[in-house]
Amino acid sequence: MSNHEKGKSVSSSAPRNDDAPLLEIRDLAITFDTQNGPVNAVRNAHLTILPGETVAIVGESGSGKSTTALAAIGLLPSNGRVSGGRIIFDGEDITNASAKRIIELRGNSIGMVPQDPMSNLNPVWKIGFQVKETLKANGLDGANSKERVAEVLSEAGLPDAAARAKQYPHEFSGGMRQRALIAIGLACRPRLLIADEPTSALDVTVQRQILDHLDRMTTELGTAVLLITHDLGLAAERAEKLVVMYKGQVVESGPALEILRNPQHPYTQRLVNSAPSLASRRLQSQKAKDALAAAVEDLDDPADAAYTGEAPMRAGHTASSIPAAAAQPVKAARPAKDGERKGAQAGETILEIKNLTKVFKLRGALGKTTDFKAVDDVSISVPRGTTMAIVGESGSGKSTVAQMALSLLAPTEGSILFDGVEVNTLKGKALFDFRRRVQPIFQDPYGSLDPMFNIYRTIEEPLKIHKIGNAKSREKKVRELLDQVSMPASTMHRFPNELSGGQRQRIAIARALALNPDVIICDEAVSALDVLVQAQVLNLLNELQEDLGLTYLFITHDLAVVRQIADHVTVMQSGRVVEASSTDDVFSNPKQVYTQELLNAIPGAALLV
Amino acid sequence: MVMFTLRRFLQLIPVFFGATLLVYFLVFATPGDPIAALSGGKPMAPAVEAALRAQYNLDQPFWVQYGLYLKNLVTLNLGQTFSGQAVSDVIGRAYPVTARLAVMALAFEAIFGVFFGVIAGLRKGKLFDSTVLVASLVVIAVPVFVLGFVLQLVVGVQLGWAKPTVSGAAPLNELVLPALVLGLVSLAYVIRLTRASVSENMSADYVRTATAKGLSRRRVVVVHILRNSLIPVVTFLGADLGSLMGGAIVTEGIFNVPGIGNLLYKAIQNGETPTVVAVVGILVIVFVVANLVVDLLYAWLDPRIRYV
Amino acid sequence: MSEKLTPDTDLTKPVIPAARQGKKSSRVIEHFVAPLEDTPLAAIDNVDETAAPLSLWAEAWRNLRKQPLFLISALLIVVVLVVAFFPQWFASVDPTSCTLDNSAEGARAGHPMGFTLQGCDVYSRMIYGTRASLMVGVFTTIGVLIIGGIMGALAGFYGGWIDAILARLGDIFFALPLILGAIVMMQLPAFRDNRSVWTVVLVLVIFGWPQIARITRGAVIENRNADFVTAAKALGLSRFSALVRHVVPNSLAPIIVVASISLGTFIVAEATLSFLGIGLPDTIMSWGNDIANAQPQVRNNPAVLLWPAVALSITVLSFIMLGDALRDALDPKARKR
Repeated sequence: MSNHEKGKSVSSSAPRNDDAPLLEIRDLAITFDTQNGPVNAVRNAHLTILPGETVAIVGESGSGKSTTALAAIGLLPSNGRVSGGRIIFDGEDITNASAKRIIELRGNSIGMVPQDPMSNLNPVWKIGFQVKETLKANGLDGANSKERVAEVLSEAGLPDAAARAKQYPHEFSGGMRQRALIAIGLACRPRLLIADEPTSALDVTVQRQILDHLDRMTTELGTAVLLITHDLGLAAERAEKLVVMYKGQVVESGPALEILRNPQHPYTQRLVNSAPSLASRRLQSQKAKDALAAAVEDLDDPADAAYTGEAPMRAGHTASSIPAAAAQPVKAARPAKDGERKGAQAGETILEIKNLTKVFKLRGALGKTTDFKAVDDVSISVPRGTTMAIVGESGSGKSTVAQMALSLLAPTEGSILFDGVEVNTLKGKALFDFRRRVQPIFQDPYGSLDPMFNIYRTIEEPLKIHKIGNAKSREKKVRELLDQVSMPASTMHRFPNELSGGQRQRIAIARALALNPDVIICDEAVSALDVLVQAQVLNLLNELQEDLGLTYLFITHDLAVVRQIADHVTVMQSGRVVEASSTDDVFSNPKQVYTQELLNAIPGAALLV
Repeated sequence: MVMFTLRRFLQLIPVFFGATLLVYFLVFATPGDPIAALSGGKPMAPAVEAALRAQYNLDQPFWVQYGLYLKNLVTLNLGQTFSGQAVSDVIGRAYPVTARLAVMALAFEAIFGVFFGVIAGLRKGKLFDSTVLVASLVVIAVPVFVLGFVLQLVVGVQLGWAKPTVSGAAPLNELVLPALVLGLVSLAYVIRLTRASVSENMSADYVRTATAKGLSRRRVVVVHILRNSLIPVVTFLGADLGSLMGGAIVTEGIFNVPGIGNLLYKAIQNGETPTVVAVVGILVIVFVVANLVVDLLYAWLDPRIRYV
Repeated sequence: MSEKLTPDTDLTKPVIPAARQGKKSSRVIEHFVAPLEDTPLAAIDNVDETAAPLSLWAEAWRNLRKQPLFLISALLIVVVLVVAFFPQWFASVDPTSCTLDNSAEGARAGHPMGFTLQGCDVYSRMIYGTRASLMVGVFTTIGVLIIGGIMGALAGFYGGWIDAILARLGDIFFALPLILGAIVMMQLPAFRDNRSVWTVVLVLVIFGWPQIARITRGAVIENRNADFVTAAKALGLSRFSALVRHVVPNSLAPIIVVASISLGTFIVAEATLSFLGIGLPDTIMSWGNDIANAQPQVRNNPAVLLWPAVALSITVLSFIMLGDALRDALDPKARKR
């Protein structure tokens, strides 16, 4: 009996739909042959796409969503094979179709738009050539192939297409490359388009433009779309039908909006609860919730707990008052040495950035240099115990601000005051002491831990650098820190390569906490993580803030994350501050066009119920 | 493109000066009397010694000596061999032979190396691949002069397929065997490099995209894998011209090819430093020019670096 | 091909699009839910505590142990090392007691490989020649690792003018290939008259370091901007300590691979120099010298040339294979699992 038949149908009173399915995947199993023997990447997968329909497969990395879709056009990696089930395209069983038949189908029956626009165009051929060969391979290059190439490119929204066709990929921006890839995918008018995370590598506003355009084109052409995404909000917004995959299996499928509003499978429920785009309020720590004496269901999963949120949202600007109250006892428990500076009241400004400007010299041809203002007259002030988010797209200068705040990069102009002291001019001992109090957490969980250091040495390193304690007391501290970030103590003998991305990020947090800092600067700290893990880490950060009275400067491109973690927001664009206010203000009443654009670009923002 | 060429050319100038200075420095600034160095430590007639002093301006300060040496190098005024011939004449006679030999070896490397490398890369892990890989390892491990002797003995003497030594005019057909020996080690490197490059490119995203477009496998391989894979190979071949010149000393010695390498070999045997310095200077120029050509070829193959 | 789509005009000016409400299908879509027992929910992101902790080196070692290429090459290298240290264990005949009575004799009992023209035992000379060849290879490699490694690491890590100067210097040495440069130097009287293992090592180091410097520089550049280095600096670690503690250990893998392969090529280079008569002096037994001395009789008595050549080739091959095996085991792409 197939998995499909075992499952229950929720909405069953269905009058039969007479459309014949365009693509049907039945009980598909895919096996990879690895060094450690065969691994079943996909089991019992099933999905049906009707002509003209958009179906989205949603899942985390490793859920088998891409593998399932790639199997449909015979693009599995060489060690992968279909080990069971059937793939039927337009009535024809193509599970074991000949190489010749699959090549016939590719391009003009089934097209593909791949994920990463940077690596999916061949760098040594002109864009036009790469479009033209698609037409040629599918017998569509007539006498006017040149015009056709320009036409196809301009359909995909590439301005000045005829001239652009003569350029190489490296002369294109990411968004333009993705448009060229869409042009290639749709050039031969396939009946089915497989779009594998087509925009996840792009800025949100570009992402939205491109998805809108893809939507319009496929609707006009009547192309069915198989959309693969990790983003539930995006999937629900773009597809009629959702297929949720987990650990290689389909756990739930059905009408998009229904699944979003009424998820049945516990995994889907978890996903819906954690999807940051759907969160409508700031996370609250357990303590704050208890303090507010709301009836909170005690769920085993902290990520879930955050969203059940019976607790009322913090009214207005409680941002400063609640952490202040909660942080007080913790501060008392801290080392006496820190005593005098902790005497400072929460709410006062701990980090003050004034008219900060950073100019980079870009080397041009023949040794000429041009000035590039990465950061232009930026002022931000961060009250103690709160989270300030800096939001912007790539090139907005947000990370440059973070580097200067960490005193890893010297500003061209302006000042950074930490606890009233100018950071720029710090030297020697004073700089060394400043390092104790401001710590970073970076984006890439694979890059932020030294692969040669085990976890113990990683977390111990700050203590050693600052010559704190002896071997024994340091080990005790490492154990405490691991406990604080909810990692088992046995982890300390492991190496980073044995941990997942989320776990590494938690180790990075533990390392940052080792010196009892006042401020933690998170540079896209959760952007590389899967949704559920992201929620978990955000929650951890929030709990730690409450317990330790930490101040966060949170750099991110993702407004949805801002909503969950920040008290105040600074929106940056091209090095300048566009808008700055409290999070609630910015979300409910954005004053600048750019902020509105960013807000609108959050996938699924409008689907909030 | 013109700017690029010009810039690359300008960048080579310090390399040229540096390398010639290095050679000059090695010969004239190492401990001992330069005259002893020039004479190979043998006693020589006072007239010869005086001629050498004049040729190398040994009475001048070091920088002047070097400047004059460069001037002589560029104007091909290279002095005389011990037997009284003009070094430039000797080089002029030997050079075409070595050029022929090196070009044959290079062509041999490029054609067979890329051919075997591509097939091995496409069939990674299969029998053909393993065989080629093992064979290339063995070829790398065996020194050129051993390979030379073995091939000379087997192909030249025992089988009689080729003449074991090359005659004075060094016609192309007699150069086949020496060229094979000269190019064999580099051939193994080219195979390994091409293979690694092809197998890496096979899993590139753009290759998958090209396949998804509906292109035939042959087209994917030829258009999308091959050109990209050739980029590192071209760089290697250019740099290899230098080691071919080094290898030519041994190969030409074994097969008695009347080329630059043989000239150098004999000059070393006789301790004729002036000839050695002149020949090495010329080889440095060849190497530097070859690198310029490679840079341009590289830019043609990879559009990304043209404007960088 | 009749469809004509209107090109997107959103590109030039930003338009604030209306909120999207999601798509509703006119078709009826079945809502399927898989039974929970088929896909039990796992806790989010738990640490797998079952496997034993493994450092990268330990992991590489575990991979290596299973590789035939590594096992064969490691075994051969161990044998070569033992022979180099204790040649007397392997050959009972004195390689220097040569009598012309035995000149160019064939193999016989106690002398499995016959005799050279001078009447020396070929087998014994092959065994005793190991040490010199190996010494040149090992010490040259150590030398280029020290000079090239330090130069490359400084250039890669600090960049700027140090890098510019070292890059030019490297280019200059590159214009003079190893063998060519070594020939020029070795034929100078200062070297020719003082030939020994150490002069050969010195000359090979002088012309061999740029390659290691280049590799080190690349590896260091790859790591110097890694987040873990920035994190260490933000913790208060000095730049130099960050280089020593974090950057260098992470850059070692490619350097070790190249060093292993270079060791083989240095042995070949020594043999080539000896072959040309400007390598090791005749008083030192080495494979290169024996091959050179056997050369005139190669047609009559090829075995005399063949045996030292075979020994040389196998030694070089084993170092190159070791490098290859290490490359596979230390491949950073294979590290992320």
